[in-house]
Amino acid sequence: MTTAGGDHGAAPLPAGTEAPDFELPSTPDQTVSLVEFRGRPVILVFYPEDWSPVCSDQLALYQQLLPEFQRFNAELLGISVDGVWSHLAFAKDRNLHFPLLADFEPKGEVARAYQVYRATAGTSERALYVIDADGVIRWGYVSPVGVNPGADGILRALEGLETEVPS
Amino acid sequence: MSTTQWEALLTVPVSDRDHTEGPVDAAVTLVEYGDYECPYCGAAYPIIKEIQARMGERLRFVFRNFPITTSHPHAEQAAEAAEAAAAQDRFWPMHDLLYENQKRLREQDLRGYGEQLGLDLERFGRELAEHVHAERVREDFMSGVRSGVNGTPTFYIDGVRHDDSYDVETLLAALERAAAAE
Repeated sequence: MTTAGGDHGAAPLPAGTEAPDFELPSTPDQTVSLVEFRGRPVILVFYPEDWSPVCSDQLALYQQLLPEFQRFNAELLGISVDGVWSHLAFAKDRNLHFPLLADFEPKGEVARAYQVYRATAGTSERALYVIDADGVIRWGYVSPVGVNPGADGILRALEGLETEVPS
Repeated sequence: MSTTQWEALLTVPVSDRDHTEGPVDAAVTLVEYGDYECPYCGAAYPIIKEIQARMGERLRFVFRNFPITTSHPHAEQAAEAAEAAAAQDRFWPMHDLLYENQKRLREQDLRGYGEQLGLDLERFGRELAEHVHAERVREDFMSGVRSGVNGTPTFYIDGVRHDDSYDVETLLAALERAAAAE
């Protein structure tokens, strides 16, 4: 279901940019850093907030597509400015089995590094990045905040990685 | 805005494998990707019925499966039940029963609907238990993902995603515009 979008001004970091590294909590006692996934593609999903209806639908779709993403050996990471306890409750309630990272302190720092922080709302944009095995951004997309961007763009970007001639 | 743009078009054209209502040469074709347990699809169900009644033979309606089991634990089994009914030429009666009973989609409910429709229950039960139609449901689901389905229901009018509201008047007007453009 697609509904009217909100303000829509942000541009993602361009393809070819080295993905800014980060280390963020995924649970109260675990952190996840981007560099851990060198050698595999990473799908980075910035979403505004846990519990919002559009976010829930979008992440439920990605959960359902985990087997497709795994065919590309890709890791799926969700990121919002919510704290780890909210993430844990949200993931449990919505049956999500991939890491949700807390860009909580300093708030939105990683979203800012990826040019997708919305200072007016205090949350991130609804944005997608596909990062290749060498840690380089290969595709970025910022969706209108009220619109679920679906997954076809992610799958196209992952296929693009596979068909490229190795350097 | 973005580094890549794409159009939301139906990537798998309507064909013989689809479940369709209405003539093949209808003025306009409406495709729905739907989930039997999704309340928004349940709300769309009588809307589609009304539009079918108003457009008659000028409309062909197609239903494809898009069960989001992460949110709707009974949706996959319900979709497989509709496909198992289709294997006995009873897809649309089962589709309608499922949408009219969205809160009763447990396995024993599905068997009850099979009985109500006079299906060969031994075959119906076996096909459900062995997930004979799971592959078909997955094919529908992936065709939807590749066409830009991001939630349910998502509609396509003559192959182009309908990004507007799907209340009766809005959807009907969009269908009439497409029919007139023939």
